[in-house]
Amino acid sequence: MGAVLAAVLAASLAGCSSTGGKRAEERAAQQAAEGRSAVNTPRWTFAMVTHSGDGDTFWDIVQKGAQQAAKKDNINFLYSHNDEGQQQAELVQTAIDKKVDGLIVSLAKPDSMKTVVAKAVKAGIPVITVNSGSAESKAFGALTHIGQDESIAGEAVGDELNTRKREKVLCVLHEQGNVGHEQRCAGAKKTFGGTMQNLYVDGTNMPDVQASIEAKLDSDKSIDAVVTLGAPFAAAAVKAKKTAGSKAEIDTFDLNASVAAGLQDKSLGFAVDQQPYLQGYEAVDLLWLYRYNQNVLGGGLPVLTGPQVITRDDADALAEYTNRGTR
Amino acid sequence: MTATGQPAAPHTDERLLRTSPLRKLLGRPELGSVVGAAAVFLFFAIVADSFLQASSLGTVLYAASTIGIMAAPVALLMIGGEFDLSAGVMVTSSALISSMFSYQMTANVWVGVFVSLLVTLGFGAFNGFMLTRTKLPSFIITLGTFLMLTGLNLGFTKLISGTVSTKTIGNMEGFESARKVFASYLTIGDVELKVTILWWAALVALATWILIRTRFGNWIFAVGGEADAARAVGVPVVRTRIGLYLGVAFAAWVSGQHLLFSYDVVQSGEGVGNELIYIIAAVIGGCLITGGYGSAIGSAVGAIIFGMTSKGIVYAEWNPDWFKFFLGAMLLLATLLNAWVRKRAEATK
Repeated sequence: MGAVLAAVLAASLAGCSSTGGKRAEERAAQQAAEGRSAVNTPRWTFAMVTHSGDGDTFWDIVQKGAQQAAKKDNINFLYSHNDEGQQQAELVQTAIDKKVDGLIVSLAKPDSMKTVVAKAVKAGIPVITVNSGSAESKAFGALTHIGQDESIAGEAVGDELNTRKREKVLCVLHEQGNVGHEQRCAGAKKTFGGTMQNLYVDGTNMPDVQASIEAKLDSDKSIDAVVTLGAPFAAAAVKAKKTAGSKAEIDTFDLNASVAAGLQDKSLGFAVDQQPYLQGYEAVDLLWLYRYNQNVLGGGLPVLTGPQVITRDDADALAEYTNRGTR
Repeated sequence: MTATGQPAAPHTDERLLRTSPLRKLLGRPELGSVVGAAAVFLFFAIVADSFLQASSLGTVLYAASTIGIMAAPVALLMIGGEFDLSAGVMVTSSALISSMFSYQMTANVWVGVFVSLLVTLGFGAFNGFMLTRTKLPSFIITLGTFLMLTGLNLGFTKLISGTVSTKTIGNMEGFESARKVFASYLTIGDVELKVTILWWAALVALATWILIRTRFGNWIFAVGGEADAARAVGVPVVRTRIGLYLGVAFAAWVSGQHLLFSYDVVQSGEGVGNELIYIIAAVIGGCLITGGYGSAIGSAVGAIIFGMTSKGIVYAEWNPDWFKFFLGAMLLLATLLNAWVRKRAEATK
């Protein structure tokens, strides 16, 4: 029977591409963990409200992690996002109105979120902060913070640039008003021995990102490294470098499939990963643990998911996971 | 219209014809949007469990008020035949000016609030003045202002504060009293009513009064209908247009101060894209894009539709990836219903 099936499949595959495409994606999806809930606790509702823009790869991975944990923990998981502080606060308010059993928020714009997070805490909803806001999390009354300390991550980048003997570096910021992004560049500046300048680009407009980096590389040929703060922007920087005829090394924060491929083919120097999957997964899981057993992780300190410096040597092993969209 | 050859009813002059109150109601520009709002409300009341809770309605009203404060003067401006694409960013500018002036001068917060009012009105005057002097379309003029203000917001904030957001003014003198005026709230049982709802109601009432009861209101309709004809019969077109832009600037100031006193700190990059939401609210509320027709109350109903839709989708727990699609589809349906009702209403005249 199995042999017949294999033969039929082989015949139907004869006229197809053996690489890439929908089929490769389905294969990857099969390999990804599937499952049903492993616990018999009541079906609690957890809401996650982030500062993500529309269609952001990073937050997609966070969501995948959260959904995986939600499946395992029998959680009704709700996700919403808005990149304006006031709108994000209103979304948190809607979650409070819905009387959710747990709340996960990112504090990229902490001042906008202060009042509404306090309100959630007052309403008896356990709050866990993720990604950005390690400094404010405790003061706002959150159980714990899961993410990477942006300053430490920046310092790691500065160190790595030093070992790579870079002298003039461009730090590309793609989200105006994101305090975490400022901290990354400031951290890198702190440990980096050479000179570093910031460049602001409009992250929602990719051609503009590329054009801005290109213009900068054109006007200053002595720049020998570009650090982007998000994985999709590394690809734009690589293109900009080619058209500008620059020899700068492109490095980036965060990881995705194309960054892993870039590391493999040497178009990228290194990547600093903060393991977004872990941020979503752990946030849901820790809320469940708190609901189930009043457990709190971190001992009052942030739970760090990064920085993890990834170079060409690590990229091969990670390619499989980046392709299925969980790293 | 009545052709000369057509035998009109001999015994009455059509101008003296009495219309029943129902017919009068059907002829109002905001009627279609009211029906649309009722439909959207019913829809979410059915599909979203937590939509009908008192606390949720407070959240929806708040969302509507932040849009509605700006939509009222924008509606007036559109009746006057013009656009303002700088309205969204102007809100952020106003908040930034107020915050940074108070902080840098170590002045009482109210001084910053007052300075911000003057400067923001200056932006409005600039828009109006440029429009009337250059005779270029308002679309181009205010697009320029929009981009310039976006740049100024970031540039000045970085220059003065060193970061992309302002420093907190929460511990300064006058902050608490200003917060009461611009960002306080009243808790009734489970419901939290924000003061912006009062500002919104006041602005809509004022705009409606201006539009219906004052000479300036007549000028707005005249200028938006046919500017040259209006000028020929003695309407001060230039003054009317500048006045309309000052109105938008004033509302931007109110919204900006609300933003500032809600959160102590202002992010310099925000506000982009909101100008379209204000215009959408005015259009759903029955304003014609070509000018000369519309109402301020309609803009309020438009803001309510927008608030209900954007929050209702979240209450209904729909997949957020499709959020913008649902939002667009709901708005389109509401507007279609609006147009259909208006057509039926006109047909019964």
